[in-house]
Amino acid sequence: MKKERMFTFSGSSLRQKLSWLAAGLVGLILLAVNIGVYRGTVDFYFSGVLVVALINVILAVSLNLINGFTGQFSLGHAGFMAVGAYVSSLLTIYLDWPFPVVLLIAALVSALLGFVIGLPTLRLKGDYLAIATLGFGEIVRVVLLNLDITGGPRGLGGIFPKTTFFSAELVALLTIIVIGNIIRSSHGRAFVAVREDEIAAEAMGIDTTLYKVLAFSIGAAFAGVAGGLFAHHQMFIDPRSFTFQRSIEILVMVVLGGLGSITGSIIAAVVLTILPEALRGMAEYRMIVYALLLIGLMLVRPQGLFGTKEIGDFLGIERVRWAKAKSQQPAAGVLKSHGGDGR
Amino acid sequence: MQEVVQQLVNGISLGSIYGLIALGYTMVYGIIRLINFAHGDIYMIGAFVGYFAIRIFHLSFLPALLVAMAVSAVLGMVIERLAYRPLRNSTRIAALITAIGVSFLIQNTALLAWTPDPRSYPDVFPLRTYEIGGVYVDNRQIAILGVAVVLMVVLHYIVNYTQIGRAMRAVSQDADTARLMGIDVDRVISFTFALGSALAAAAGVLVGIYYNRIDPTMGSMPGLKAFVAAVLGGIGVIPGAMLGGLVMGIAEVAVVALTASTWKDAVAFAILIVILLVRPAGLLGRQVREKV
Repeated sequence: MKKERMFTFSGSSLRQKLSWLAAGLVGLILLAVNIGVYRGTVDFYFSGVLVVALINVILAVSLNLINGFTGQFSLGHAGFMAVGAYVSSLLTIYLDWPFPVVLLIAALVSALLGFVIGLPTLRLKGDYLAIATLGFGEIVRVVLLNLDITGGPRGLGGIFPKTTFFSAELVALLTIIVIGNIIRSSHGRAFVAVREDEIAAEAMGIDTTLYKVLAFSIGAAFAGVAGGLFAHHQMFIDPRSFTFQRSIEILVMVVLGGLGSITGSIIAAVVLTILPEALRGMAEYRMIVYALLLIGLMLVRPQGLFGTKEIGDFLGIERVRWAKAKSQQPAAGVLKSHGGDGR
Repeated sequence: MQEVVQQLVNGISLGSIYGLIALGYTMVYGIIRLINFAHGDIYMIGAFVGYFAIRIFHLSFLPALLVAMAVSAVLGMVIERLAYRPLRNSTRIAALITAIGVSFLIQNTALLAWTPDPRSYPDVFPLRTYEIGGVYVDNRQIAILGVAVVLMVVLHYIVNYTQIGRAMRAVSQDADTARLMGIDVDRVISFTFALGSALAAAAGVLVGIYYNRIDPTMGSMPGLKAFVAAVLGGIGVIPGAMLGGLVMGIAEVAVVALTASTWKDAVAFAILIVILLVRPAGLLGRQVREKV
């Protein structure tokens, strides 16, 4: 087979030059932050904020897989995060297992739960699914409040501070790479096909239930990992950390960035974590601003800031189209019809 | 036995409140297929308007109730006009996200304006308890049931025997055809929001009097539960909402009586998940086959 180039570059308009400049700038900032944290010149408080930002990146990107790419509307992300947080904390507190193993188990448990919850509820459509997942999140919270091992409403303390900036960064990168690759695979096109038109996707031979449950479970797994990182960063968790409000915060990040844009989710997660810290004095207005942001976006730009575009689209990088992928694109016609009726 | 009847009485009181809120959900959903997330917060606003009407303007129970209903009706119409109408033709997910946004906006504005501290509701009803065969019923429970029944009858009359009611039913069946028949669809939707919001406000005032405390976040949980009640009864079906509310109220009281009160919030959602799996159209709803 003829060897194809990974990326092809096309054109070099002013916009692309500016985008490259911006991307380079962001890269430099990231490098500087990394060196800063490594050498301890970034102060403790700010590196803590950065860890939270990275955790939010994981949450937003994984929710985007469910809500953005697969078009299912989950409002229960905080529930999966809670499961991961509690499972991992209990394992490190009582069994003292190594952190990566614990995170992996947190992912597996959350994924399993996502599967069990997803299988029946994903038969529901749109807003019913939203309510059912919301209900799931609430049930998780109530269960956590009532169990003894989780400390009930008193919460769980004494969790070891195992999350560092670098471990969070590593997991965030892994999340982006894994989910990014899934989306660019033939499975990813199946996800998008489910979003665009479920009936057409089914007619093309896509097992829609399988893909919905798959997206749900993968998203849940990463939410579980994010929960584990969160718990080992905060060193204390209680059911109040994982309310409906938290699910909404993640949703705002996804919607703001663009349902179906990983780049958008990353940027929105970072901005929406750092901005409120910068505007501490306006803390009590934060949720009001979030609410106005949601309403305003839906009225003015319902596709979010980035829509379904990725950073590559701005840089003029055309993603490689594998010969094999081409022959497997029966749903391509469906994919093009953007703005499905959203039933 | 007495214990069971007693819990039933408590359950019916709570259930009538859920039923009143559920009516608004069901009517709005029946007409524009939108889960109006902000409905629970309108209920909260209703409770607060009633509170201020009694505390500051020294109104008695009924005038305060009517004022709360009127203010909330206007609020419901304003929300519909500003936030939902521009999205009438966009995706349902966009409308749902907007509704969540509106809910958060109302709740957080209220938190800012009225502080998160709970307030005790002014005492308009001196509490009187009656004993009937070992079962205790107080006058507040009777008031709740009375108001709920009256409002239900009024609603039933409006929907079934007036011109605007007929228009509502027509729009919920097919908005486009209704428009062709000369019905002002926007006005009908606006009216539906007003009606639903007024009922929610009535529930808010009744809850304030019954539990004697209100706070700005009081709307989220009952809002969600009332939605579950609407789904349980069959969303879009008006008698279903009331039935669903009663079932929910009784189930919740039963769970509290049998286990710990901390489990009560899980009941609603467990019911929801079961009903969606077993009978998605709800108790009184008709199963509709989806056309491809």
